[in-house]
Amino acid sequence: MTTSNLHIYILAAPLLGAFAVNLLGRLSRRWVAPLTLGVLGYATIAALVVLARVLRDGTISYTVGNWRPPFGIELVIDPLGALMLLLISAVALTATFSSLTSIERELPGREHLFFTMYLLLIAGLTGLALTGDAFNLYVLLEITSITTYGLIAMGRGRAPLASFNYIIMGSIGACFYLLGVGYLYLLTGTLNMADIARILQGLQETAALATAFAFILVGLWIKMAFFPLHSWLPTAYTQAPSGASVMIAPLMTKVTVFLMIRVIFSIFTPTYAFFHHPGVQAGIVWAAALAIVCASALALAQRDLKRMLTYIIVAEVGYMVGGVWLANTQGMTGAILHIVNDALMTLCLFLAAAAIIYRTGSLGFDSLQGLYRRMPITMAAFTVGAFSMIGIPPTAGFFSKWYLLLGGIEASQWGYVAALVFSSLVNAVLFFRIIEIAYFRTGEAGHGHGHAVVRVEEAPLMMLAPLVLAALALIAVGFGSGPLVNGVIRLAIPGGF
Amino acid sequence: MQGIIAEIVAKYNYWIYVVLMMIGFYAMIGKRNLVKKLIGLNIFQTAIILFYVSTGVKRGGGIPIVDKHAALTHGIDPATVVNPLPHVLMLTAIVVGVSVTGVALAVLLRVYREYGTLEEDEILEKIGK
Repeated sequence: MTTSNLHIYILAAPLLGAFAVNLLGRLSRRWVAPLTLGVLGYATIAALVVLARVLRDGTISYTVGNWRPPFGIELVIDPLGALMLLLISAVALTATFSSLTSIERELPGREHLFFTMYLLLIAGLTGLALTGDAFNLYVLLEITSITTYGLIAMGRGRAPLASFNYIIMGSIGACFYLLGVGYLYLLTGTLNMADIARILQGLQETAALATAFAFILVGLWIKMAFFPLHSWLPTAYTQAPSGASVMIAPLMTKVTVFLMIRVIFSIFTPTYAFFHHPGVQAGIVWAAALAIVCASALALAQRDLKRMLTYIIVAEVGYMVGGVWLANTQGMTGAILHIVNDALMTLCLFLAAAAIIYRTGSLGFDSLQGLYRRMPITMAAFTVGAFSMIGIPPTAGFFSKWYLLLGGIEASQWGYVAALVFSSLVNAVLFFRIIEIAYFRTGEAGHGHGHAVVRVEEAPLMMLAPLVLAALALIAVGFGSGPLVNGVIRLAIPGGF
Repeated sequence: MQGIIAEIVAKYNYWIYVVLMMIGFYAMIGKRNLVKKLIGLNIFQTAIILFYVSTGVKRGGGIPIVDKHAALTHGIDPATVVNPLPHVLMLTAIVVGVSVTGVALAVLLRVYREYGTLEEDEILEKIGK
């Protein structure tokens, strides 16, 4: 096995792993855990090697099946794509430990089916980070979406209904994207991203081009749950099995934000997207500010921890979209850093939620009483994640928010700056309310055996270890923000900026 | 007025797709029955598939299967064959559409088992209780 094709193995490993998990998992459930972990562990190490190689040698272009780029499908691994590869595989690997444990309880006897879809979803996400072909991107987008529909529908109660609403909304988004690509194909006669960009340079700006851009953008916004188009997300992510939401919640929206950056820079040019229509650019930043404020306000109204977290995800999508559309280096740096940080924060908080639900069976605010005594390590990690969400240094969340604020001030987008500050305050209220309930209120009614005895009932090690790891990663990324920004993200910001 | 009619007649196929797409969109947003929503989604997808396919068509163009030797010695006159690429792309899109429909039907089955109905109003009523 030569190492020059390492990047294609990152994509192939979860894909083949999915088949292996399905077939061998039928024989014996014992195969599921080692196969899934092995495949994802391999992908993580390979992604690390590929990132190092891309940083050293520059962008890698790979032609699948030796069909030359404008005709065949090209995989392009630029620094940003390599960073996303590492993020996807590392987050997925960490989440898997927890979901193996919780799925064993939530879906007994169906682990192999669950992890088949789980691995296919990761293969799709990996492909999204790699592909350099506009139509291929549509197919991979649908692979990730269809597997997500299935994973969400495996939950209990309202999960199938939430999944169906997601199917309708998600398919509209994908169709819009497909339609936009169709317009681009009519204009240029090619589907390769680099080739489209090359031909578009020589074309006059037409209404068709603007239509293509608008359709692609709105399609991706639906997929990433940008505020007015977010209605499918909270219920779907709340009702999903906790083993699925620990992986879907950190990755899906963040990868779609990455796709938006990819479309703006690899197909269109930043000049076209940001500067030809300043009104549109400013309008989108205002929409992002509105998204942040409204989603934060909606989060305040929730009485269930997981549901509250999903509204925070919607607000965070507003952060990133706004950061990208600020159209300056600070904002873009902040947006990309926030993709990394938000994936880790969401991972940390959802892992904590999964651990709590494993022990207490409920995430209503009332059932959180006295949790700091019962699950001290879980709640300590939860607190780190919460601090990062609020943006308290030295956790990672502070630094990306700082860049976003600087970008907003540089672009004089005061509405966006105000929305960021408002959202931080709301997050502080949200999380300190939970900390107050879990720390100061002791649920005497919850225990049957006397008020003095508080038993420590930590989550199993398989759930606790990834949670602690995610919390430590938040602090490590916080301290390492400087090198991360200078060494990776500055390179990852595409040219022309 | 004359100009608008001429425009519509000249590009009638695209207008039909717009109409089809809006029918699908209406069904997805306006209908209260979940299966009707799914059918709306299918109409929506079909409109896009037809849009793609018709972009490859040329008046008087034949099927894009050509004799290898003739093509290599004389080249191909692009006006005599339709563009096959949009058709090939739509084969993939049809597969995607079928998969989405399959997953959606399976999900609807679970919804029906859970609530005993596929009318959205009745389901929301049952959830509200």
